[in-house]
Amino acid sequence: MSAGTQTALPRRGAFRAARPRAGFAAALLHRLSGVALALFLPMHFIALGTALQGADRLESFLGLTHNGFVRTAEWGLVSALALHMVLGLRVLALEWFVTRERTALVVSVCVAAGLAVGLLFLLGAA
Amino acid sequence: MNAPIPAAALTDPTVEPAPDAMLTVRIRRGDGFQAFTVARRSAQTILDVVTEIQREQDPTLAYRFACRVGMCGSCAMMVNGRPRWTCRTRVAAVAEEDGLTLEPLRNLPVVKDLAVDMEPFFEKWTAAHGAFEPGDAPPEDFAVVAPDSPERRAVDAGIECINCGVCYAACDVVAWNPDYLGPAALNRAWTLVNDVRDQGQAARLKAVSGDAGCQSCHTHMSCTEHCPKALAPTFAIAGLKRATARSALKRFGSRHFRRSA
Repeated sequence: MSAGTQTALPRRGAFRAARPRAGFAAALLHRLSGVALALFLPMHFIALGTALQGADRLESFLGLTHNGFVRTAEWGLVSALALHMVLGLRVLALEWFVTRERTALVVSVCVAAGLAVGLLFLLGAA
Repeated sequence: MNAPIPAAALTDPTVEPAPDAMLTVRIRRGDGFQAFTVARRSAQTILDVVTEIQREQDPTLAYRFACRVGMCGSCAMMVNGRPRWTCRTRVAAVAEEDGLTLEPLRNLPVVKDLAVDMEPFFEKWTAAHGAFEPGDAPPEDFAVVAPDSPERRAVDAGIECINCGVCYAACDVVAWNPDYLGPAALNRAWTLVNDVRDQGQAARLKAVSGDAGCQSCHTHMSCTEHCPKALAPTFAIAGLKRATARSALKRFGSRHFRRSA
């Protein structure tokens, strides 16, 4: 009778944790894109608020947004908005219409659709 | 995973292993892992492997099983990071290059090795008002429930749960919030919400809403993907979300828009 040998943690099958699933990835992206949009909203309202103080103020504020960093951030926001919408529609479809889905496939299509909108934005801006 | 093994599959090379093929099995015992080597056998299940290790190599290994045929729901474990019934999972279907990794069910306190304490799981079943409530004056005659009524169909969809705890171990929300009632208890509550004879609905809906209730579900679908009975607790929880929202709206409406006499 031989007891087994002590061994280190296995390479995979992490310690007391289920492996990440497509549904988890969808919820994570949904949450992160939602937080990004929530952080953006105050900036958006500030920009709109400057219009109340005249066209010059708005124009000078918009001038600040013409640098590369803001352009990149805009692409991120458009992607986040599209991603948040399609992932939200997925949750609504699941919860209201009780549709069995092939989760990995549906989540992949949602993410692809969100990124495609971001790509279209980039092409339009170019 | 649940389907019977067809006779033709027994000649399948994935079911019939090569002669002298061996399997490395890492089993979590307390804080560490212990590795065992067992022979691959024809149509071998994970439960066969664990039983062989306990009987032939280390009699101190603790695990739990009863029926061996997928009826009792007591042998679930984490197999390569996923919760499964070990009696209905063939080694050939889940073994990886470096063998098998077996751990006790996630989200439950470990008693020893692969055996977990199911107490919190059943406490939540009770907390979610998972028992039929006949009311103070139950009718003396049988209730007539049409088999094809929407309520009866909703009950049928979730009634086959055998409390194996696989969904509970698969659920990320339980891992984040130990108070979360979990898919099994909420699924049970949903079957009772649809039971037209039950008289405890208001209390049940109150019990399943809130931070530890159905609204906390993130629709990861893990419970539905892993359920060995192919039930869909995600949809049961979605049903509870609709039912609790409807009841809250009704209460709000009756409080603020009640017609004055």
